[in-house]
Amino acid sequence: MDRNLTIFLIAMVALIVLTPIGLIATGSAYGEWDSDTIQQAVGYVPAGLQSLSGLWNAPLADYGFPGQGDTMADATPGYIFSAIVGVVVVGGLVYVAGKFFIKKDSDQ
Amino acid sequence: MHIPDGYLGPLTYIPLFVIMIPIWLYAGYRVQKDLRSKQVPYLALAAAFSFVIMMFNVPIPDGSSGHAVGSALVAIVLGPWAAIVSTSVALVIQCFIFGDGGVTALGANCFNMGVVIPVSAYVVYKLISGKSDLTSIRRLAAAAVAAWFGLTLAAGVAGTEMGLQPILEHDASGLPLYMPYGLGLTVPAMVLSHAFFFSIVEALVTVLAFAYITRFNPTIIWDYKKFVKSQGENKPTATTA
Repeated sequence: MDRNLTIFLIAMVALIVLTPIGLIATGSAYGEWDSDTIQQAVGYVPAGLQSLSGLWNAPLADYGFPGQGDTMADATPGYIFSAIVGVVVVGGLVYVAGKFFIKKDSDQ
Repeated sequence: MHIPDGYLGPLTYIPLFVIMIPIWLYAGYRVQKDLRSKQVPYLALAAAFSFVIMMFNVPIPDGSSGHAVGSALVAIVLGPWAAIVSTSVALVIQCFIFGDGGVTALGANCFNMGVVIPVSAYVVYKLISGKSDLTSIRRLAAAAVAAWFGLTLAAGVAGTEMGLQPILEHDASGLPLYMPYGLGLTVPAMVLSHAFFFSIVEALVTVLAFAYITRFNPTIIWDYKKFVKSQGENKPTATTA
């Protein structure tokens, strides 16, 4: 394999291994609160928000295994697994679609 | 910046899906036209990079958190069209497999993070870098400022979409149906937290990776050939430039 590509792939593996650093941040992002937090903040849960919020049940919700604990130690395996799944699925989809649609180098 | 389901009403999320359809089609067309087969592994890496960099949540003093997106870097290295495609794929998978960002808000999130960031960052990068050398400090500064600007602008756009909800969508008594906070709260909250924290992380990630690529692997840059050609032409045409 191309040496440069190998370096980028090694960097990607390093990033995956380092992702649990992202678990240090426990606060949610602005505008991504759960219903309880909104209830506490404004005193009610807006009706549309209530009805739309349960629309989709993601298999690896919040980048973790279902029912895992909240501590960083409990969340780390699920987080790394999620990073692997995400990198493989996202990278794989783009790679396969790209190889299918993008023309060969010979005509350049 | 992944807006969940329930924060945007249909008056906002439907138009944003409609806007995204021609953008996705045109970006796909341009990627197919501009990139070569040899660059496909890098496009795949770019999408995977966007996915994984967004997992690095950064805590900030107000107790909330946020993250870099990586699409400014992709726009600079592989072009804005490639960045739209790669970031959108990452956002779709984040939405459906990981529940990060709502299904109804997917058009909005792809617009904010997949279009506003890469396109605005690319314009700023081009304006600041000008005809400077590939490895010049000016070009590095251009990449850093572009990344900072792109994420901060996208935060403002996301904040605007959320802050419009109390005006656009409320019940008969005026009670908001979706995001309860108005523009006066959402825009400053989004812009300031990004400008002072997350966009700085985006700039650092971008400038480090860009410095590496321009020094050790410049041929993957999408307009590298054009760049080499213009560099070659720069000497005789320097006076006209």
